[in-house]
Amino acid sequence: MPTSIDRDDVQRLMREGAQLVEVLPPAMYEEMHLPGAVNIPLKDLNRETTAKLERDRPVIVY
Amino acid sequence: MSPRAAWRLESLGFSQVFDYVAGKVDWLAGGLPVEGNLADLPRAGDVARSDVPTCRLTEIIGDVRARVQASDHTLCVVTNDEGIVLGRLGPRALRGDPRALVEEAMESGPTTTRPDDPLEAITERLQEARVGSILVTTPEGRLVGLLYRKDAEQRLGEAPG
Repeated sequence: MPTSIDRDDVQRLMREGAQLVEVLPPAMYEEMHLPGAVNIPLKDLNRETTAKLERDRPVIVY
Repeated sequence: MSPRAAWRLESLGFSQVFDYVAGKVDWLAGGLPVEGNLADLPRAGDVARSDVPTCRLTEIIGDVRARVQASDHTLCVVTNDEGIVLGRLGPRALRGDPRALVEEAMESGPTTTRPDDPLEAITERLQEARVGSILVTTPEGRLVGLLYRKDAEQRLGEAPG
């Protein structure tokens, strides 16, 4: 089950090497995103688009 | 949107999935850095003063007035224990009966803006409305700070271009 986290958790997980994924539309991502985040819009989430993410590392979505 | 994305990632085999529901707005509310084409755009959260006095519904005006007078502000934000904005006590209310309860004297449902709102647009709204300040809250209504028009105008005057 996915775990809901707050800002402090995000910062801690980022320090520990978590992967950040913004699932908003590309235009919103281009305007502004969290440092180091990649963009995979919700409607495009599938095995191909997530292939570059490492499955054994934490993933944060927002 | 992110809860569905988190569940979708789990279905794709990711075992450690975390959902930052509050997202970018919350991130900016914390004054943290961002990247992107508009990352340098001045926003409400950049200029909001977080040291604005707060009070509870059950306090009396006399106590709150003393606290406000000891601060750099002329108003008090009424919040609950969770930091959610319930109202605002302006200078006129603070000059009222010192024995009155905050709940009786406050302005309910004050206008707010979000920390990620572009500063230029907010400043124009404040200028048009001839208002000197506006509260900045998260989408959940949690107080971020008080944005003064003069601070915003100064910041925009300093902005390049």
